[in-house]
Amino acid sequence: MWVYEKKLQYPVRVSQCNPRLAKFLIEQYGGADGELAAALRYLNQRYTIPDKVIGLLTDIGTEEFAHLEMIATMVYKLTKDATPEQLKEAGLGAHYADHDKALFYHNAAGVPFTATYIQAKGDPIADLYEDIAAEEKARATYQWLIDMSDDPFLNESLAFLREREVVHSQRFREAVEILKEAREQKRFF
Amino acid sequence: MTREALPEEFYQLMEDLQAVDFVLIELNLYLDTHPEDLEALKQFNTFAQQSQALRRTFEERFGPLLGGGKSFSTFPWAWKEPPWPWQI
Amino acid sequence: MAFTNRKTYTPFIGRYDPCQPIRVKTYETPPHLYLGFQPPGLEQFSPKEALKRGTLWKALYSPYTSPYGDYR
Ligand SMILES: [Fe+2]
Repeated sequence: MWVYEKKLQYPVRVSQCNPRLAKFLIEQYGGADGELAAALRYLNQRYTIPDKVIGLLTDIGTEEFAHLEMIATMVYKLTKDATPEQLKEAGLGAHYADHDKALFYHNAAGVPFTATYIQAKGDPIADLYEDIAAEEKARATYQWLIDMSDDPFLNESLAFLREREVVHSQRFREAVEILKEAREQKRFF
Repeated sequence: MTREALPEEFYQLMEDLQAVDFVLIELNLYLDTHPEDLEALKQFNTFAQQSQALRRTFEERFGPLLGGGKSFSTFPWAWKEPPWPWQI
Repeated sequence: MAFTNRKTYTPFIGRYDPCQPIRVKTYETPPHLYLGFQPPGLEQFSPKEALKRGTLWKALYSPYTSPYGDYR
């Protein structure tokens, strides 16, 4: 089971009401390489992977939910008191027509989230390689978001999330090495 | 908790806790792939203790952080009170 | 060769490319691509600094700023 903590992983701040940035950020909420896809992918793979790496998938999968909450917080803050007029100007008119200011699991172009974003092959190496690729793709998405954002506070949170993808990728790469069982000779004590 | 703006102390304590808990997350992932690194393990346990102490201080002042009976509640039931993480 | 987080390349510039050509393009090569299996005892950031940067490990820290910053 999971335990909820009333606290963000990182102190998210944004400097101004800016629904246009929120429209882009939603990519990491319900997009193919977003945090929801990441969390569901890793937690689902746990059931068919060697015991040695289940802990890692559990912990990274759980952390991705904390990142999902950070993205939601950014979107919430960027749009909280925006008027329908401002949302329309920001390209969120179509979103407003269906959802008001509710968050929805879709990507920046409005395509709804789908389970087909997530693979579970059952082959441990294939699954871990997919995880490494997912981390690199999420890292790239954060780069493109930072490139488009002129909000210095928001960029601090985005840089934090980008760095987490680097660390996750590192750990998944180590998980592959562990499953290869090629490390016996270079074991360090 | 309150609907008015939060005191500076809330943010300070929260960030102290976020920093210590972040070290724990990092050490946790590291230990998942380095289970025999005794130094990292000792550091993990030290920080786990620090985290508990900080959480207690925060909760005495601002209410429960953990749901499901992992934190104690004052009267009336404090868990359901704002602020929620995205509101602060 | 010294480690860099960003590499560059110079793409072919066509005579009829309508956008102002970017002569030097970049892509990111963060440190985890080079670290291998993390050795024990690597240097750490302080807890506050680690939270700010998104990692505890100095060797894994990868700064990023927009490469378009210069000609925005
Ligand atoms: Fe990740």
